[in-house]
Amino acid sequence: MVGGSLAGVRAIESARREGFTGRITLAGAEEHLPYDRPPLSKEFLTADELPPPVPLCDPATLRERLHVDVRLGVAATALDPAGHTVWLGPDPLPYTRLVVATGATPRTLPGANSLAGVCTLRTLEDARHIRAALGTSTRLVVVGAGFIGSEVASSARQRGASVTIIEALPGPLRQPVGEEMGGVLSGLHARHGTELRCGVAVEHFEGSGRVEAVRLADGTRIEADLVVVGIGVTPNTGWLAGSGIALGDGVECDETLQTSAPGVYAAGDVASWPNPVAGARMRLEHWTIAAEQGGAAGRNAADPAGARPYATVPYFWSDWYGKRIQLAGIAANADEVTTVAGNLDGDSFLVLYRWRDRLAAALGLEQRAQMVRYRLLLSKNTSWSDAMDYARSRAAATPDPAAAATHAT
Amino acid sequence: MRINVDTARCSGHGVCQLAAPEVFEVGDDSVVHLLTDHPGDELRSAVEDAVAECPEQALRLEG
Repeated sequence: MVGGSLAGVRAIESARREGFTGRITLAGAEEHLPYDRPPLSKEFLTADELPPPVPLCDPATLRERLHVDVRLGVAATALDPAGHTVWLGPDPLPYTRLVVATGATPRTLPGANSLAGVCTLRTLEDARHIRAALGTSTRLVVVGAGFIGSEVASSARQRGASVTIIEALPGPLRQPVGEEMGGVLSGLHARHGTELRCGVAVEHFEGSGRVEAVRLADGTRIEADLVVVGIGVTPNTGWLAGSGIALGDGVECDETLQTSAPGVYAAGDVASWPNPVAGARMRLEHWTIAAEQGGAAGRNAADPAGARPYATVPYFWSDWYGKRIQLAGIAANADEVTTVAGNLDGDSFLVLYRWRDRLAAALGLEQRAQMVRYRLLLSKNTSWSDAMDYARSRAAATPDPAAAATHAT
Repeated sequence: MRINVDTARCSGHGVCQLAAPEVFEVGDDSVVHLLTDHPGDELRSAVEDAVAECPEQALRLEG
């Protein structure tokens, strides 16, 4: 098991549950036992006292009940699929089955490494650094209006900093939620005092020693004493160059999450696979993907003869300004977006996306109970008309005048 | 089989409800409610999945 985070832990738990009794080694590049990342952009930045990392598995459970040889602070450096050997640092380790879950690394911008106060957020160290900086920072610039950047912005606002988000595309979140709903969600930023500038790229950072300002491509200068760059991640496949395994957007796997090398599986941010639900190859960076793929890869690696395809309706959540945004399904290329509950200007709404005659996705703001129901409908490939029937029956049963279905094409 | 819910950790993701809808339901209060105090043994595997998969680690299985 190469990769000491969520996918790795789930793979191990799953392999043991499947009945694998052989030796398991977990190698993680970070110095920490596996910990959960979502809190790093949320309570980790906002809590009064620095919280401890949230462990993904109790260390005693890992070592004594699951019988895992845990090696921390050791990065995988090479793979020889024919020789069934993986190198951890300089040391070769033979395997009968290998799960690759080496994750991804945040993309950065030129000049980011030469100035203090320009950061990315992925690891515990990153979060501690940003948290400390927020203690004295008054002017945060977030580059990238994605979910991580938006959560950092939200946390910084809670700490009293002024915040500007710079987004290079004309609008935020177009790929995950579509242009219209990206615009609606950006209203949350406006309502909480976060400035959002779209359609302009960062030209360079200014400052000597420490960042002092961000210069945009249109010449605008924005003062900043802290910059968090959230422009995406690249899958950690560099160590696999020369191994011969198929690499594209990440490690390319088949439906069962097996790579082009027999006995080698991949899971999480590093892996692309053909999702039967979507009929397309994808690589998703959601928490649920790492968890579910880790579990599936572990199960399939432990019992290759009984390997099952992994299919999922994508799901993720993001918490902004104390409100939960949830997206289930695939909203890209939708033919229609319809509000079925709440109010797009308000603090709670639920919209459905149609693709041809099917329900394709659901996006909710503070609609937790209903989102579970729509996830269930999505998992059954529910038709648009059945989904709308359900939505209408809910609206009729709910004593909320704002819950009437309206069309917004 | 007894299920313990840490309502302080639960934030209503509903992964449990999807894994074992006979046992778990996220209410309009955005936390999970147990539909039965003592699920039958035939639900053990589904309940174990729910406990293992909760993103907030809010569920515990006793007995």
